[in-house]
Amino acid sequence: MDQRRAILADALGVGLAAGAYAISFGAISVASGLTVLQTQALSVLMFTGASQFALVGVLAAGGGAFVAVATAALLGTRNGFYGLHMAPLLGMRGWRRLPTAQVTIDESTAMAVRHEGNPRDARLAFWSTGLAIFILWNLGTLLGALGAGLIGDPGTYGLDAAIPAAFLALLWPRLTTTIMRTVAAVSVVAGVALTAVLPAGTPVLLAGAIGVACGIVLSRRESDA
Amino acid sequence: MIWTAVIAGSLACYLLKVAGYTLPDRLLTAPAMQRVTVFIPVALLAALVGVQTVADGAAVTIDARVAGLLAAVIALILRAPFLVVVLVAAGVAAGGRALGWLP
Repeated sequence: MDQRRAILADALGVGLAAGAYAISFGAISVASGLTVLQTQALSVLMFTGASQFALVGVLAAGGGAFVAVATAALLGTRNGFYGLHMAPLLGMRGWRRLPTAQVTIDESTAMAVRHEGNPRDARLAFWSTGLAIFILWNLGTLLGALGAGLIGDPGTYGLDAAIPAAFLALLWPRLTTTIMRTVAAVSVVAGVALTAVLPAGTPVLLAGAIGVACGIVLSRRESDA
Repeated sequence: MIWTAVIAGSLACYLLKVAGYTLPDRLLTAPAMQRVTVFIPVALLAALVGVQTVADGAAVTIDARVAGLLAAVIALILRAPFLVVVLVAAGVAAGGRALGWLP
């Protein structure tokens, strides 16, 4: 019983953190030119933070719909791998997999994995975290989106600086190995350099591809050594 | 155009989530697939950091965003939570502009 209560408390804590983060998403999205409804649609339908920030960021930079969708989708690939890991743990079959898939994100997966030894606890952790985040993420988005609508030029409040800072904060916990740090450094430099020579939008995808290629070469060299 | 991106992007992200529950395991666990996908989030997020810090349409501009990003780095080193990192970056950029120190 205590264990279940602890899981629910963790889920609420993670949900509140996500809700606070969603406030910045809502504000940045509206400051980037999306309407409140478009911003809210992203939080309900896309419901995966890094992809939402990417879609909004690329559109704001004039990158066009195709590049924006491609960037968001590529960042969303990791959720597919989470589903692969969650499927046997959650024991989902048939149509139930469809709603389960929507709440399969970084946090719900991480919380379920922590209780991997006990499938009952893992299911509770997955669903309580997923639902807490879904509700608070959407609430935070609405607050941020409505708040940003009240202010004028985004530059005055530094919202244009908040966008790269948000990406950096998403990136930071993933820089756990030398290879990952190198991949990140190469991608940042490539992104800046390509921005100077290519039309808007394309530098993100190309710089990302250069970073991935760099990672493959480095990991192959490491496994050879 | 924005609605097209919102709907198409959401559909793509949802189908990727569903793929994890429905595609055969061996497709997603193939070594070649994993070698590529393990680097995608880091490479794309880092590329976005670089581009969004300096892009001004299709040109490079150095402005208050760079100072904001440096402030974000310091906040992250000090283990600040996500919202604080974003607020510090916005605050430094806005403050610098208000004082006329930064473009």
